[in-house]
Amino acid sequence: MTAHIVVERVGQEFRSPGRTVVALRDIDLTVERGELVCLLGPSGCGKSTLLNAIAGFLHPTSGRILVDDAPVVGPGPDRGMVFQEYALFPWMTVADNVAFGLRMKGVGRAAARQRAAELLGRLGLADFGDRYPKDLSGGMRQRVAIARVLAIDSPVLLMDEPFGALDALTRASLQDLLLGLWAELERTILFVTHSIDESIYLADRVVVMTYRPGTIRRDLRVDLPRPRDPSSAPFNEIKRELAELVMTEQHRQEAAERGGAARD
Amino acid sequence: MRARPLLTGLLVPVLLVAAWQAAASAGLASPQALPSPLDVLLRWWEYLAPPEAFDPAQSSRLGWIFSGELVGDALASLYRVLLGFAIGTGLALPLGLLMGASDRAHRLLNPLFQVLRPIPPIAYIPLAILWFGLGNPPAVFLIVIGAFFPVLINTITGVRHLDAVYLRAARNLGAGRVTIFTRVMLPGATPYILAGARIGIGTAFIVVIVSEMIAVNGGLGYRILEAREYTWTDKVIAGMFTIGLIGLAIDTVMSRISRYLLRWHQELER
Repeated sequence: MTAHIVVERVGQEFRSPGRTVVALRDIDLTVERGELVCLLGPSGCGKSTLLNAIAGFLHPTSGRILVDDAPVVGPGPDRGMVFQEYALFPWMTVADNVAFGLRMKGVGRAAARQRAAELLGRLGLADFGDRYPKDLSGGMRQRVAIARVLAIDSPVLLMDEPFGALDALTRASLQDLLLGLWAELERTILFVTHSIDESIYLADRVVVMTYRPGTIRRDLRVDLPRPRDPSSAPFNEIKRELAELVMTEQHRQEAAERGGAARD
Repeated sequence: MRARPLLTGLLVPVLLVAAWQAAASAGLASPQALPSPLDVLLRWWEYLAPPEAFDPAQSSRLGWIFSGELVGDALASLYRVLLGFAIGTGLALPLGLLMGASDRAHRLLNPLFQVLRPIPPIAYIPLAILWFGLGNPPAVFLIVIGAFFPVLINTITGVRHLDAVYLRAARNLGAGRVTIFTRVMLPGATPYILAGARIGIGTAFIVVIVSEMIAVNGGLGYRILEAREYTWTDKVIAGMFTIGLIGLAIDTVMSRISRYLLRWHQELER
């Protein structure tokens, strides 16, 4: 295995008049090719900030990020992003949403539509190509968003709490869908979540982050065979360990909020 | 519309017209102040109908049907509205997209527009006549101004209200600057743009009537003012009635277009 994403001593500060928030401090993280890594922590711990920096949406104050040995300078289709709020273009049909990235790559209209139809079929949405996102449930919308990044064949998938807004059953089914796609397509996935269960169920490694300043508290390898059983003893042993770390950060976040720190 | 609501909706207008007819027949008002509805209707027909009998040697049948004075006036007014609206919108849309997307463009241009915007288009009439003389050019100029600002302001607002996540998603999927303008900002701002366009065309319709009363020798606005000079009150009312019908038609068409363009929009869900 080779390093696919390398984060070196990355720091991110957000300055506003009168105060500076240190969102990230001295982050070192390496994700191997084909690995599925979860970033876990309470809100405000900088996990989404780190993901956005890797996506190229913001430029870290210090340090550097390499993807495939090349420094990240801006957003690009080599790092497909799935957003918590789906971010499907509501004015485009489902098929046009999926075809959008291909069209940007210069693929012809017919070929892009063909590929979109294949992917929608693969994700169980074959009959919804001509519908608009408003006609779809949350789970279906997120499947379209996944199809949209699969269409552009990104070697890296960045997922920002993608299942956070879904009900428990839809969430479980999408987790299995993601694991299936991951096993089949061999992508590198960086997945942000605040659910301990979700991180253990999905990840090769769970990276726990601290609340301001955002640092890496623990980098834990999950060596359980898949499919994982959330009721098994080893699963719960990991869960206890992670819960202790995460809850410490959660309490720090709550204390800071009571102390008047703004939520991000 | 179902028969029953239609009947209910007609009740008040029918009663009002009946009362008006009764008042006129009873001689409560002079015909010059308030002609009877029947007189107005007859005058309207006279105004609408072709002035001469159909003669195949003179014109085609379609040309003959459209040879009435009212048809000519209505088409002239409509032409000015649509031309001015098209130019005003054509200027406002790209500017609005630019000002919505770029803070620098907004800082540069917004103060100017904020000063110009409260000036009612009607206040430009003297300047329009000085610059363009009489006829179509000053009228179209005024309509351009009337349509420009509502579309501009709403386009800026529409782009600024666009959720930044769509811009991120588009950039993530490899979209360049131009594509983001045409395929993300423009469609994303359409709900606002169309609301602005509807206000804009309404303003354009007001402005066309006023400018025809002052700077043009033709069109519906000119005609009702001309009729007043001859104290043809029935023709004044017939002209006003026509203006109302055309305004209603324009609004209905705009609303159909909006419905079609916003078929993706959440709030139109029933």
